[in-house]
Amino acid sequence: MLVERSEGLFCPAGAFYIDPWQPVARALITHAHGDHARSGSAAYLCASPCTGLLHRRFGTDANIEHLPYGHTLTLGDVRVSFHPAGHVLGSSQIRLESAAGVWVVGGDYKRVADPTCAPFEVVRCDTFITESTFGLPIYRWDPTDNVIREVLDWWRSSQAEGKTSVLFCYTIGKAQRVLAELARYTDRRVLVHGMMLSTIDAYREAGIAMLPVDPATERPRGTSFAGELVLAPLSARGTPWMRRLGDISDAFASGLMRVRGVRRQRAFDRGFVLSDHADWPALIQTVTETGASHILATHGHAEPLARELGRRGWKTGVIRTAWEGEFTGD
Amino acid sequence: MIRFSELYDAIDRTTSTNAKVKAMAAYFASAPPPDAAWAVFFLTGRRLKRLVPSAAIRDWALDATGLEPWLLDECYAVVGDGAETVALVLDQLTPAEMKTTPLTLAEWVEDRLLSLRDADAATQQARVTGWLGSLDRLQRFILLKLITGELRVGVSQTLVVRALGQAAKLPTPTIAARLMGEWTPSAEWFTSLLSHDQSDEDRSRPYPFYLASPLEGTPESLGNIADWIVEWKWDGIRAQLVRRGGLVHLWSRGEELITHRFPEIAAAATHLPDGTVLDGEVLAFRDGAPLLFSALQQRIGRQKQVAQMVRAVPVVFMTYDVLEERGVDIRSLPLDERRQRLSALADRESGAGVIRTSPIVEEESWDALARVRTESRTRGVEGMMLKRRSSPYGVGRKKGDWWKWKIDPYTIDAVLIYAQPGSGRRASLLTDYTFGVWEGGELVPIAKAYSGLSNEEIDEMDRWIRRHTRERFGPVRHVEPVHVFELGFEGIARSPRHRSGIAVRFPRMLHWRRDKKPEEADTLDNVRKLLHTVEERHRPPGT
Repeated sequence: MLVERSEGLFCPAGAFYIDPWQPVARALITHAHGDHARSGSAAYLCASPCTGLLHRRFGTDANIEHLPYGHTLTLGDVRVSFHPAGHVLGSSQIRLESAAGVWVVGGDYKRVADPTCAPFEVVRCDTFITESTFGLPIYRWDPTDNVIREVLDWWRSSQAEGKTSVLFCYTIGKAQRVLAELARYTDRRVLVHGMMLSTIDAYREAGIAMLPVDPATERPRGTSFAGELVLAPLSARGTPWMRRLGDISDAFASGLMRVRGVRRQRAFDRGFVLSDHADWPALIQTVTETGASHILATHGHAEPLARELGRRGWKTGVIRTAWEGEFTGD
Repeated sequence: MIRFSELYDAIDRTTSTNAKVKAMAAYFASAPPPDAAWAVFFLTGRRLKRLVPSAAIRDWALDATGLEPWLLDECYAVVGDGAETVALVLDQLTPAEMKTTPLTLAEWVEDRLLSLRDADAATQQARVTGWLGSLDRLQRFILLKLITGELRVGVSQTLVVRALGQAAKLPTPTIAARLMGEWTPSAEWFTSLLSHDQSDEDRSRPYPFYLASPLEGTPESLGNIADWIVEWKWDGIRAQLVRRGGLVHLWSRGEELITHRFPEIAAAATHLPDGTVLDGEVLAFRDGAPLLFSALQQRIGRQKQVAQMVRAVPVVFMTYDVLEERGVDIRSLPLDERRQRLSALADRESGAGVIRTSPIVEEESWDALARVRTESRTRGVEGMMLKRRSSPYGVGRKKGDWWKWKIDPYTIDAVLIYAQPGSGRRASLLTDYTFGVWEGGELVPIAKAYSGLSNEEIDEMDRWIRRHTRERFGPVRHVEPVHVFELGFEGIARSPRHRSGIAVRFPRMLHWRRDKKPEEADTLDNVRKLLHTVEERHRPPGT
């Protein structure tokens, strides 16, 4: 059904690519993160709730078609449908059906509840391509509520020390999830880095309820940021932009923060283990629930996950990506 | 143990030295003495010996989780810490939040952990597995660290000493001296550690070291050469030799007691009159000339085989100052006067040439001195020390009276942060290193270097790196920031392409500074200053 080509995963029977990393004639996109949605392709197809984010990434004149979750389109000899992956707004698993059987490309996914996107839907298939970003048994998420309360406690204690709380998080997904989760506990306005405004707007347009935000830097010179919570992308760390924020306590919200050495190496004051990816138990649960007999692992700790699944009786393989060793999207 | 875990977490969480000291001081001031005593024990890197081997912990974790050994190894490769790996995978047994057993740190250690020594393997496994299941993630991690003796907290002994000093409102050398040697953690011991009663004060204590600053301008800017005493700058270990109460103590600048490493110096010092404190340099020395610093490092590196190393690498104590004479603190006397008393001491000393007086370099003019200075390399010294004749022996790095005029201005102390395999015959070894300097609590890459280590050192470093990799990016390993190297280079320039903003030319490793802690490495600011100095020097006249 799918073959690996230099441009990415290709479906010969349907003449399309899925999340290609080079420009192609037709690209099906699982979600709007940069390592999955690359610009320059002639035509894109995504799930309807993903459209707003893709236009922001590719420009308004990009050729983007969309399909509601669960609707089917026939491309060549392949019946294609998108199903919620629970990763970020508009994220999808892509189901492919032909005479060769049913394949599901899971994209990035998670199983825990997230107020900013549709929950993961189990799709039965013969072959399932699973991500493996956190494909080791050390990765296991605490309940989201516990983590959000840690964030609140940190914000309050930084405020008590007269510091600005700077929470680094990804611009698509994590920032909005934090804003939506915090809204259960507070109605305080949060300041955000300018790079986040557009994607936050996209989420609001999709009807996601989140805390009110203001751009962090469009404030009169000399304004104190003490006691404020500021969300910023990791790329803003250490830039002159940070200087105006005064005395800060900084934190990073990511599944990576589960490992002490990673947090220490990056020298964040705090690390919040909040991930938009499936943890180890959720990966095992998911491949089991799909009923697939063939599992292909990609994106992350693909080898150990495949080896462990192989030990447990699955037929397995590994798909390499252009992003080996890099880390995006969490 | 909850409070100790919280202390650990607070220390672990921050990169600020002051915040770490503050957290420890608050703990020492308020924790029950039996707990505080054990906390000092663990925080200063001491360990409970012969409890349970790390391999057993790993096997028990495999039993408890049903994981395959290779999968646990994969986890370890990501986590880089055995106890943490086990603590994380054991999450599958217990909920993240669990009622904690309300035992104090002292109770955990004395009633539970120490009892493991006498238990058979099956009992040990049952007990430890049971305990681990009853603790939350943080305490489980701490317990594993205590059992395996690997509780490295990210604080040096110096910081613990400073925190104890703050808690007790005592000067740090008092605490440092009281922490020396053998002691058993107990409530009584901890109380005496913080006691203000100094009647039986340890007679081993050194004076705070007086440090020289790098000469910034030309020596002419210092005025008349007649006002200055010039000595060679030795490339050894700065140390104070304390002879009091019939005993000898040799202290390094880091306030570490190194007497046992250099028994020949200790023996020679018994010929000094009681109540003498000398400042000087421990040097590897043979046939009247210093050996390379790397030779001396063999003496530091080995904990064992001291006797064997004494024969292989002879050392001397090259003294250049006397701080205490007949039990009287004479640091406020002018250097000139102290120097005279030092030579009087040296005249009557009979230590088989192991204690030597650093000669004074006598020249009529700065020009003549500069010519002599060019001999530094062949003499095996690093340059010259310029000390004002009238200077008292100060405290710390107070600028103005003592200057170091090093021959190679282009050296920095940097911390090893990344390593990757070399090429050719070194392809199987991690020999290509990247070094960082400090900038706002972070190590910023400053130079890559491939040469300067001996084959033995390369092997040793390779083994260390493999065991202390924090993260891998393809072939590049990010290692724990532990090892400090003195890097030498031929040029320095601005570079927008480097994250540090600075590029260095032909960097190489001059010394593996095992005597230095990572926090003692240079800051990016220091390197920028060096850049400015170089730029000033090379600016054409009239611009």
